[in-house]
Parts: sequence; C-alpha cells; structure tokens
Amino acid sequence: MPEQNAPIPDPADAVYSHDVPAERPWSRLLKRGQTLRIVDIEGQQAVDALLYGAENPAERYSAQDTLRVQGSAYIGLGTRLISNEGRVMARITADSCGRHDTSAGCCSCESNAVRFGAPARYQNACRENFLLELSRYGLAKRDIVANLNFFMNVPIEPSGDFTVVDGISAPGNHVDVTMEMDVIFVLSNCPQINNPCNGFNPTPVRVHVWDPPAA
Amino acid sequence: MSAMTKQEIAEANRRRYEDLRAAGQGAAPKALPAATALDGAPIAPGAVMGEETVPPGWYHTVRLGSGEALRIVDTSGRSSVSVIGWCEKDMSERLNCADTAKIQWSAALSKGRVILTDMGHVFLSLIEDSSGAHDLLVGGSTPASVLAAYGEPARNTRDNFLAAASKLGLGLRDIPPSVTFFAPVSLDAEGCFGWNADRKRAGDFVDLRAEMDLVLVLSNCAHPLDPARPADGGPVTAVRHRAPLPGPDDPCRTMSPEIARAFAFTDRLHA
Repeated sequence: MPEQNAPIPDPADAVYSHDVPAERPWSRLLKRGQTLRIVDIEGQQAVDALLYGAENPAERYSAQDTLRVQGSAYIGLGTRLISNEGRVMARITADSCGRHDTSAGCCSCESNAVRFGAPARYQNACRENFLLELSRYGLAKRDIVANLNFFMNVPIEPSGDFTVVDGISAPGNHVDVTMEMDVIFVLSNCPQINNPCNGFNPTPVRVHVWDPPAA
Repeated sequence: MSAMTKQEIAEANRRRYEDLRAAGQGAAPKALPAATALDGAPIAPGAVMGEETVPPGWYHTVRLGSGEALRIVDTSGRSSVSVIGWCEKDMSERLNCADTAKIQWSAALSKGRVILTDMGHVFLSLIEDSSGAHDLLVGGSTPASVLAAYGEPARNTRDNFLAAASKLGLGLRDIPPSVTFFAPVSLDAEGCFGWNADRKRAGDFVDLRAEMDLVLVLSNCAHPLDPARPADGGPVTAVRHRAPLPGPDDPCRTMSPEIARAFAFTDRLHA
C-alpha cells in the first residue's frame, strides 16, 4: 500500500509553534510520538537538520545508514531516519514537497571559501549555527555529522553528477517528522546566498509540534 | 559606485554559481585523467615504507605524513574497503563525504579527484586509481546490515571503525560517514541504488596521497550492497610509500578552481 500523508492536524492544537527567522538556528527536545512540522513559508528555503538521542547523544542521525536501509538516495514520505546504532529515530509522516536531500551536508565558512572564493568565508553558515545551537546541549564540532536538508533539491545523476539546483518547494510546503524516540532536534535555517538552495534569498520558516493523537 | 540591490546581488551570485557548475561538470579546464592500468604504476622498491595484509572482516589503522601515500589493493577482486580518517593535529577535523561530492560537483571518485575534510582542506588525493568504482553515499556494513544479509552476526565495518577509533582514544562521536573503495554502487534515474559486480577486478588498486598528517582506518568488509557472502571475501594489501612530489601540473591540485583553492588553504597548514 502506498504511503499516505498523515491527516493534517490543526495548528491551533499544536503544543508549540515558532517562526525561525531567516539564517537562524533552532532546537528542541522532542518526545517519542510527537510530530514536528517544518513549514517553508515562502518556498525554496533549505532547512538543515540533525537529530541526537536525548538519552545518549552519541547516538545520532546517520545519513548513510538511512540511505542504505531505504535503498535509495532521497528523503521523502515514509523515510525512516536511522541512527548510527541502527535504530529508527523518526519517520517522515507527511511531505507536500516531495524531495529532500541528505548527501550534500551543510554549508560552512570553510567550504564556502573553497567553493565561492575567500570573501565567502565571512558569511554566516549552517555549521556556525549548528555549533552555537549544539553547545546548549554540551555537544560540539565532533558531533556534527552528515545532516538532512529539508526542501533542498540535490539530484544525483547516474554519471555521479551532483548538483544543488533550484528548490521545488512551493510557498507553504511542509514536512512532518514523527519521533520514534526522545530526540534533540536541531535545525539551521540555511543562510547560504551563493547557491540556489534558498533561491539566493534566505527566508523564515515555521515549526509546529503536536503531541500524539489521544488513543 | 552605487551599492548593489539585493536583487542584483542574487543575480550576480546565480551567474557565478552557473559558471562554476559549467566549469565543474562540463567544460572543465582539464579532463580527468584516464584510469591507471593494472600494471601502470609500480612503486619503486626504495619508496616502500611498510606493508600490511588485512584479512577479510578486519581493519587496519595507518598514519600517513603529508606527501606519503597508501596503496590499497583488492588482491582477489572480491573485497571492498571502507575508509574513515582524521587530521592528526586536530582529530575533530575529518574526512567528509558530503563536501567531497558537493565541492567537486560529483559523487563519482576516480583518478584525479580528491577527498576533502570538514574544514575545507584536502585530505587525500587519488593520484592513481585503476578502478574508478567507489562509493561515497551508502557507507559500510553494520551489525544490522550483516544480520539481515547473512541471517547471523558477522564482523562489520561499523564495529571495526568503533574498535579502531577507541584504540586512538576516540569514540562513536568521532566516526564520520565513510568512503568505500572498490564498491561499484550505481544510481538509477529514480535514485535507487544498484551494484555492478562486473566493475570489480582482481588487482584493482588506488593510491591515496596524504595532503596533511593524518590517521586512516581501513575496514575490509563486504559492502552492504554486495550480494556476496563474507566467506567469499579476500585479503587486501595496504602499502605505505613515498609518493612522487606533485609537479605544477599535478592533476589533483589543478582539477578545478575550487580544488585549487582547497589546496591553497591546505598548504597554509604547512607554511
């Protein structure tokens, strides 16, 4: 049976809602069964994400394990987000965009300087956001692994060609992630202005958290 | 001169991006070199610094100084070798598969390509490569993947990496995604992974030149997409040797404007 988008809950029922300003990080401890919705308010906005086990943060999201278990290269509805211990951390339970990346990593001052020239070193980057946000949990650079990139379109051709191209995310598109364990969920609302992942114009995104529906 | 508007900056950034993409994927300043012939790059006997044979299922940790190289040989043609590594001076700096693909505009590694760190430095250069069939996306085997494939626990890359990291005082937090050599993973138009067994040959090898002082861990375990059973694996040989000094036209150092910049930043570490 094809995977079905979960019914859309009412934002009025959310236990938490927040607008993440353009270029800024966000994080929250999410309990098993809770659902995080990320809304791409204006469209074409990449949102970089990392997940850590709340009980033992050395257990964290693993992009390679997630792709191996799934057998394919892109994140979408039904994808199980797998940890470095082989456990399911969360599932994608709704997706109105249809294409998310987990192979292109996050932007950094250092890689921006390599890709776009030395002046790009001094622009805010997802890795800077992650470092500051992770420090709130006693985590540091060692803990940054290959991340998820919601709403980021990185087709990988059979030839190996690997390109960040224009996002297919329309204004208001959303992705829902339902936790299968207690998770420290960390986002960077991507500040990149040198490639098409944010339409060359970073914009705010909205997050909602819902408790599991009453049984 | 009047300041550019936000729109003008965005348009200029898009033009630069499309120019870099054209250079990186199409009209590259230099085509990538052809694969090395199986007998095409003998190591001079005086250049060999050490040699290790790694049995199937096992791992090997090796330190390389900047300019030294490691030849990894798939002697039987039945092995895949997953590799992670750290910068010796700062073990929080490590091999980074995502930046390796993104910065080179390609997930396909072959002779003339490089492997980058998370800090915009060049970690390893593929100065020789007879295979050109390597994996940056899927990673190595795990306890769960071998149990699912063989119906019983077996040695696996994830446990090998954890043991090797622990012997260096590192742990689970320090294990990055891995690159796997001699792992012909293909991708179809929908993004589904496949395995091309006909791209494996006995004797295939890569020469990885260290571009900084570094520590590598090699795991000789079947790739999780390889349908072969672990009992079918063969030994791999790891030969540490002094690589020839790179000349001004070194294919790796001159591959693209991005990689030339990465080398310039890396060379500053040694200045």
